Amino acid sequence: MAGLLKKTNSPNNAVYGGLGGWLMLPAWAVIGIFLVLPVLMMLVYSFLTKEFRGGVIWEFSMAAYDQFFFDRGLFGDDPPVIEWTYITIFWRSIWQAALATFFCLIIGFPTAWFIATRAGKNRSVWLFLITIPYWVNLLIRTISMKFLIRDTGPLNEWLIASGLISEPIHMINTNFAVQLGLFYSYLPFMVLPIYASVERYNFALSEAAADLYASRWTTLRRIILPTVRPGIIAGCILVFVPSLGAFLAPDLLGGAKNFMIGSLIEEQFKGNAGNWPFGAAASMILLSMVLIVLTFYARAQGKEGAR
Amino acid sequence: MARKIDLRRFPGFLPMTYLCLFLLYAPLIIVMIYSFNESQSITNWGGFSLRWYGEVFWGVESEKFKAAAIHSFIIAITAATCSTCIATLAATAMLRAGRFRGKGISFALINLPLMVPEIVTAVATLIFFSAIGFTTGILTILLSHIVFCIPFAYLPIAARMQGIEEVYEQAAQDLYATRFQAFKLILLPLMMPGIISGFLLAFIISLDDFIITNFVKGAGIETLPTAIFGSVKQGIKPNIMAISTLLLLVSVVFVTLSWLVGRMGQNRK
Repeated sequence: MAGLLKKTNSPNNAVYGGLGGWLMLPAWAVIGIFLVLPVLMMLVYSFLTKEFRGGVIWEFSMAAYDQFFFDRGLFGDDPPVIEWTYITIFWRSIWQAALATFFCLIIGFPTAWFIATRAGKNRSVWLFLITIPYWVNLLIRTISMKFLIRDTGPLNEWLIASGLISEPIHMINTNFAVQLGLFYSYLPFMVLPIYASVERYNFALSEAAADLYASRWTTLRRIILPTVRPGIIAGCILVFVPSLGAFLAPDLLGGAKNFMIGSLIEEQFKGNAGNWPFGAAASMILLSMVLIVLTFYARAQGKEGAR
Repeated sequence: MARKIDLRRFPGFLPMTYLCLFLLYAPLIIVMIYSFNESQSITNWGGFSLRWYGEVFWGVESEKFKAAAIHSFIIAITAATCSTCIATLAATAMLRAGRFRGKGISFALINLPLMVPEIVTAVATLIFFSAIGFTTGILTILLSHIVFCIPFAYLPIAARMQGIEEVYEQAAQDLYATRFQAFKLILLPLMMPGIISGFLLAFIISLDDFIITNFVKGAGIETLPTAIFGSVKQGIKPNIMAISTLLLLVSVVFVTLSWLVGRMGQNRK
């Protein structure tokens, strides 16, 4: 009875009603101080002047962004021409991330479908098998890949031993190796959200399609894919976004010729370049690209929900 | 009369699934196998041996790895504990406290560490600590780890809390339990499986992190991933494969535990 009374009397009938702000405070404080504030500070740093060998001088400057897009010659007084070095690195990153997303989707969708259509107990075992690699250290997974595809690695040795090739295929330090690394790193990210979508799929729709003489593949294309699209989009984003800023795969598998954004940024802080404002600017550009992708995603989700 | 077509089946999807699992596991299993290789050359098989595991524990680099392992475990335990507490409170706020100011943005904030690319978080954190004059060291690593562990701890905790009906706590309150008592005596015990699996996931995530740690660690302080990365830069040696196998097993054990605990919770319901 008291419970009922409480419900009618108080406008906020939740058990811990009114405490929300306080309970949330630690999370707000920690993420606010150690993530939001640092990102804002990074934005400020990207407009400062560089100090040689790391650090900054507190003087406003657009030099970092200018360096990114324009080349003004060795002494900075030539007429500006477009600087392709960094744009190329960004373009390569976008392209690599898009390819990785595509390949993950090709393998990930059938896998997710297959798992989601298993019977209860088997399903959770299959799902668990997919999740394990997700939780294994990314560094170790990248090292394994590097070990596997080296010129003298097991893969080449087996191919030679089996007589398929006579010379080792050079794979390490190529764009192909980076692609393989990205694909391998983020494959589970594609399977899990698609699985979640397929699990909710109503098979009566497939039956209806079959009754209307749709073939299996027509049903897949016209009914299933549009229905599970939110899962597919979520999976694509979960692969694309981390691939775009990946550091380990390009660094360990790609070498110096196949730089991606991640390596470029790392170079500014940990490597020899030591240009903090430029590193901050490159990070800001990367973050903006990610935010654009996420905004489109949120929009699409909103529309999906409204329908 | 009924056409016996299984609409759930698509030809070719089973082989694709096998391919997917094969691609995911093959490199890891190969490294595991080669870590037991007697031979100094890392690609020729020279017989089974535990030599490289001995090398990890008692070899030239063992001191470095031991110190790194101790750092890693201290940081992972502390970061997982802090982030689990924060995530538990946050989940209570999101699911049990009705409306409050800033609720809408809170969900986005909790998930923010997942959305910002790791390298950007790393750069921002490094800049922040250097700007406020905080010396990089074990504390900076710890603080940055707590931040990105929060969403990973939050997910299983919130999922579990969603499955517990509010009536138990309301009943406790009707019997004159204070809200704190209702939380401590009713909600917390019911949530334990979620909290434990959140803790375990946060622990692995912290233990595994390389990119952010690499940026915010001070000179001379290494965690296992940064120590391994440092060694790999000079070439993959067999002892790296042994230590990778060990770390891999730690991850697998913790994920399995987390999974089992989560399932235990479901069965009891």
